[in-house]
Amino acid sequence: MAAGGTISGDTAALVSVRIQTGDFDIAQEIEALTGGRADIGAVVSFTGLCRDEGGRLSALELEHYPGMAERAIRAIAEEAVKRFGLTGITAIHRYGAIPPGGNIVLVVAAAPHRQAAFDGASFLMDFLKTDAPFWKKEHLKDGGSGEWVSAKDADDKAKLRWRTP
Amino acid sequence: MRVRIVYFAWVRERIGKGSEEIELPADVKTVGDLIAHLATLGEEYAAAFEVPQVIRAAINEEHAEHDEAIGDAREIALFPPMTGG
Repeated sequence: MAAGGTISGDTAALVSVRIQTGDFDIAQEIEALTGGRADIGAVVSFTGLCRDEGGRLSALELEHYPGMAERAIRAIAEEAVKRFGLTGITAIHRYGAIPPGGNIVLVVAAAPHRQAAFDGASFLMDFLKTDAPFWKKEHLKDGGSGEWVSAKDADDKAKLRWRTP
Repeated sequence: MRVRIVYFAWVRERIGKGSEEIELPADVKTVGDLIAHLATLGEEYAAAFEVPQVIRAAINEEHAEHDEAIGDAREIALFPPMTGG
């Protein structure tokens, strides 16, 4: 599902959230946020990749809840724009089977200054981990179907640091 | 009231289907009531909802707590804790 657009604010920020099977091109996504603009001083990109977990895995299968996955990430992205004053943010999450070394998720955050860009990307990832409806299942190198990946307490804790007092 | 229930990940696998329409008994008012009701529908449901407190829910694609009222929901999703990213 592809969706892009602007949200209202003091200055319109570019918010793009895509849930797709195909890979993404980081340079192209950065260009989409920064091209033709002179007000951006910082771009932070985060890429999450599939690990082979010590050689055990042949792939991770990502399942998602169509519709809700895009909405949940968009809500987090819009909150990040407001909270950190981003000029734009892009989030792409893949689904289906992804081999070790393959890309799973991309976040690109753009802002006038670096701290907002770092924080925006980090905030989006922390909330995506626990609030976006995706699930990972292991596929094993020996041909077997492995376990569903368990949620981590550390991921629940990571988002608590963004709580406002 | 009839409502569409959707399942994901190991909840889906244990039940053996991704979605179904069910008729809600009158005493099923909340997400927690729904999970308790589904758990009585057979072995596969009992297995999926063995530990009800780990089950996460969404009503009409919005996250919902177990004490949230179902109201006139169109679609309720039940799934394990999310592991994306």
